Amino acid sequence: MARKLNLRIWRGNSTDGGLQNVTVDANEGEVVLDVIHRVQAEQMNDLAVRWNCKAGKCGSCSMEINGKPRLACMTQVASFEEEETITLTPLRAFPVIKDLVTDVSFNYKKAMEIPAYEAPADLKPGEARMAQVDVERSQEFRKCIECFLCQDTCHVIRDHEENKKSFAGPRFFIRIAELDMHPLDMLRNRKQKAQEEHGLGMCNITKCCTEVCPEHIRITDNAIIPMKERVVDVKYDPARWLGSKIRKRDGIL
Amino acid sequence: MTNSIERHKYDILVIGAGGAGLRAAVEAREAGLKVAIICKSLFGKAHTVMAEGGVAASMGNVNESDNWMVHFRDTMRGGKFLNHYRMAELHAKEAPERVWELEVWGALFDRTKEGKISQRNFGGHEYPRLAHVGDRTGLELIRTMQQRIVALQQKDARDHGDAESFIKVFAELTITDILKDNGKVSGAYGYWRESGKEVLFEAPAVVLATGGVGKTFKITSNSWEGTGDGHALALKAGGNLVDMEFLQFHPTGMVWPPSVRGLLVTESVRGDGGVLTNTDGIRFMFNYIPDVFKDKYADNEAEADRWYNDQANNRRPPELLPRDEVARAINSEVKAGRGTEHGGVFLDVSKRLPSDVIKKKLPSMWHQFYELAGVDITKEAMEVGPTCHYVMGGVEVDPDSAAAVGVPGLFAAGEVAGGMHGSNRLGGNSLSDLLVFGRRAGIGAVDYVKKNGANPVNDATIKSAAEKIEKPFAQTGGENPYSLHQELQEVTHNLVGIIRTRTEIESAIAKIADIRKRAANVTVSGDRQFNPGFHLIFDLDNMLLVAESTAKSALLREESRGGHTRDDFPGMNPNWRQINHISSFDGNQVNVKSQKLPMLPKELFDLFDVHELEKYMTPEEISKGGSN
Repeated sequence: MARKLNLRIWRGNSTDGGLQNVTVDANEGEVVLDVIHRVQAEQMNDLAVRWNCKAGKCGSCSMEINGKPRLACMTQVASFEEEETITLTPLRAFPVIKDLVTDVSFNYKKAMEIPAYEAPADLKPGEARMAQVDVERSQEFRKCIECFLCQDTCHVIRDHEENKKSFAGPRFFIRIAELDMHPLDMLRNRKQKAQEEHGLGMCNITKCCTEVCPEHIRITDNAIIPMKERVVDVKYDPARWLGSKIRKRDGIL
Repeated sequence: MTNSIERHKYDILVIGAGGAGLRAAVEAREAGLKVAIICKSLFGKAHTVMAEGGVAASMGNVNESDNWMVHFRDTMRGGKFLNHYRMAELHAKEAPERVWELEVWGALFDRTKEGKISQRNFGGHEYPRLAHVGDRTGLELIRTMQQRIVALQQKDARDHGDAESFIKVFAELTITDILKDNGKVSGAYGYWRESGKEVLFEAPAVVLATGGVGKTFKITSNSWEGTGDGHALALKAGGNLVDMEFLQFHPTGMVWPPSVRGLLVTESVRGDGGVLTNTDGIRFMFNYIPDVFKDKYADNEAEADRWYNDQANNRRPPELLPRDEVARAINSEVKAGRGTEHGGVFLDVSKRLPSDVIKKKLPSMWHQFYELAGVDITKEAMEVGPTCHYVMGGVEVDPDSAAAVGVPGLFAAGEVAGGMHGSNRLGGNSLSDLLVFGRRAGIGAVDYVKKNGANPVNDATIKSAAEKIEKPFAQTGGENPYSLHQELQEVTHNLVGIIRTRTEIESAIAKIADIRKRAANVTVSGDRQFNPGFHLIFDLDNMLLVAESTAKSALLREESRGGHTRDDFPGMNPNWRQINHISSFDGNQVNVKSQKLPMLPKELFDLFDVHELEKYMTPEEISKGGSN
């Protein structure tokens, strides 16, 4: 049942590094994170890798497996050919700290730039009433486990460090969409702000983010495209523009 | 040397960024104090994200008969009346407020038809009580709290020009010591995991919110972070742990393939109609209903099945007994040879619910089995077995303020605190515990700081904390921490696991002591930068203290109750119900002593039918009718 698996693991730090070959046992049913742990325990005690839950729920073990952004805990060893060498590298869009661990602080800075949820001033605990169908739209985006694979794969910033300043990335477009569609959120103009301040316009909907999302959130179709369409609508339709100024809030129409 | 160390000064230091820690931090910030939040991993990854089923709160949205008294009764029954009554009372009374507050902060729970927060059935809860979001409730809770912290930081940026002027999150940082000066907490010492550089926090109050101890065991649902850090930090700071023999083995962990063994299968599967069967196809739980629960659980399939649609006129299915009962039942079936080839039993929801409903109600379970085990739970049964899930034991605290007994300035909330759940925790009571006592610990710490002020750290205190971190690099020729950890996990699993006996526990105590001796000489390869081998050394030290407390407490308790089952003392004994086990550390070893559990006051005693209490209490206790 056990098989020998050939891995190439990127080892190094912010100044220097390269791929190292290692052969390790892999048992039936194991995921890539299991074999990384075996390498760590038996051959490279100081191999750096982030992980927490090993169940696809926390989004910590993000890395690139054969060049593809993935969670190591959800990638079955059996999904590779018997003789295939598996190459493990750190996320490319973020600076390397050590081995498979990168500095993802970019994402926490962007989170700080998204205006928070704003509850109605008169909302008393226990008095909120919302229909299931209305909360489900935002719930889809709240499934996000912040693995940042969508950020890593997004070509706007993957090889364009210069765009990072003005681009929040798919993770935060769904955060904005979630708040925009939140039945109780009171803050106006979230879509417009996404366009003007968070770089929504830079996205040209290639759907790479949706493809890598381990939670299967339809980032492009359900968050980015609807926001882009409505930004355009409001901007160019005088009646809608006027409406958005008069109504209490410009929720999803 | 002490001059070059990175130093930070705060009013309150919160160790742990799960639900309890974040809730404490919010409370402290709102009271106007400066708070540092320490997390071992990235912000938002704490083990709270793994909680699936929901948060228990008697809002009465689905069944109006529910109220705090019913919730209190269920919690005490679940804990076999070993709970600290005051914690269970505060918890039941305050849980609804805490859930509604999350909604005001932006949480989006699933809804009832009337648009209220929906509530689901769960083991041991008399009415549908768990507010939930599908089966990812913990993620919703942690994200809501995380975003609440960010909202407070954004406000501080507007009002004070710096987002981190009042709350700062220190991610990927390990605390190795609570510092004390003049007999009171003065701060904490630790190191950045990324660089290995040491950090000193000066703070007169520290809130421990470090979660559980699961990684002490071989088969567990816990992430790597569950290494009992707060338990050990409290012991080393002179605090006590209460009832460390009680560990919850969740009845349904995955058993196959080996790489996912222990991974949690939410109790919601049973709450939503899943049934347990053995390899003979028998729905075996009907054979395991204990006497104390006979009037509340159906003894035949027809009645159990009717309950899903008519809860007023039927008793509950026995699959929904408290977790300790179900875990023992599964264990017995497997031992009797009626388990699967992988050592589990079958859990099947596919015959009860249509495929689309399963995918909607249990999306992450569907995903988990499909991706990791190749099993489609809408069509076939899951294979499940017990997994170490939760520690009921923990830091001995004052129920109202969450202040750790014996250490001024130290507080503890959430899984790291003991007493609330007695000998067995009900599902859903963990998330509510985090919120209720996280908030209370925040208030307790604020009051303490306002009353006591700063407590400067002495250089000698810093020196001894720093030496401990340097030691592993100075040693050569010792063992590798990974192999010692694996050895410890084997010992706990085999000798102080789900079923225990005197000789095995004694052997565990000797083996743990031996591992601890060898761990003192452990050596580490590589340097200080993001070095998991180095990190594990401190985790291992903590786990060894936890394991020692558990084994020594387990040896003393000569009865079976909740999360402590003695093969040599199979029954529950009312005399033992009056006893808590208190672990303390003398710098050399853990010592365990008995302490009397406070008696229920009359007004809480009177919430129960006296004939029910007779099953748990001595005639003498019953005749007193509660304390005054």
